[in-house]
Amino acid sequence: MAENVTPRVRVPREASAGETVSIRTLISHPMESGQRRDSDGNVIPRSIINRFVCTFNGETVVDVTIEPSVSTNPYFQFDAVVPESGTFTFIWYDDDGSVYEETADIAVN
Amino acid sequence: MTFSRRQFVGTALTAAVALAVGPGIARAELVDDAINAFTGGADMETGGITLIAPEIAENGNTVPIEVDAPGAESIIIFAAGNPNPSVATFNFGALAGSAAVSTRIRLAGEQEVIAIARMPDGTFKMARQNVRVTIGGCGG
Repeated sequence: MAENVTPRVRVPREASAGETVSIRTLISHPMESGQRRDSDGNVIPRSIINRFVCTFNGETVVDVTIEPSVSTNPYFQFDAVVPESGTFTFIWYDDDGSVYEETADIAVN
Repeated sequence: MTFSRRQFVGTALTAAVALAVGPGIARAELVDDAINAFTGGADMETGGITLIAPEIAENGNTVPIEVDAPGAESIIIFAAGNPNPSVATFNFGALAGSAAVSTRIRLAGEQEVIAIARMPDGTFKMARQNVRVTIGGCGG
């Protein structure tokens, strides 16, 4: 069970209609790869975020399938088109079944 | 069963070669299988996709990479020398502003990072870059 999992996102507060904005996301998570061993030589079981999805007003921006080769605290930077005012929803899916969600509003002027 | 000296040397040599080469071949197959699973064995063009990764990464636990493949609907990243070569697959949706993404990955040692983009017309584009790693990032 991953502890202290905190999602963080950076989205501009406002944009003009149809503008492409840059989004940065990070979630603090150990991303235990399942390759490491503890001091007794036992394999530490895999525990990672295996999927990340960003949507805007229900439309997909990016959907990422994640493998153990992604670093601790998975970070993604990508671009999204903003056609109207609305809400970005960010969802991370954990191996242990947990789902972490974060939202960010953006206003089109 | 008795071994002659010649037989013994021969067997030992074969074993040594198998040990030295085995993991390398197994890994190359893993990567080829993973690539084929994504492309279905289609030919790949170079160009039209940019992969930016450092030539030398001090810490294999967190190597920053950037991929940009204008117009791509999906990008997959492989680390050819990792125990599990798949790294991540990015599927871009209707509101993606560009087919570009930056992230941080783990590399077990010096190896090639491969990015393959699937275009909407069903063609594939590939970029590779070799990265040297000072401290590997897969524990142990």
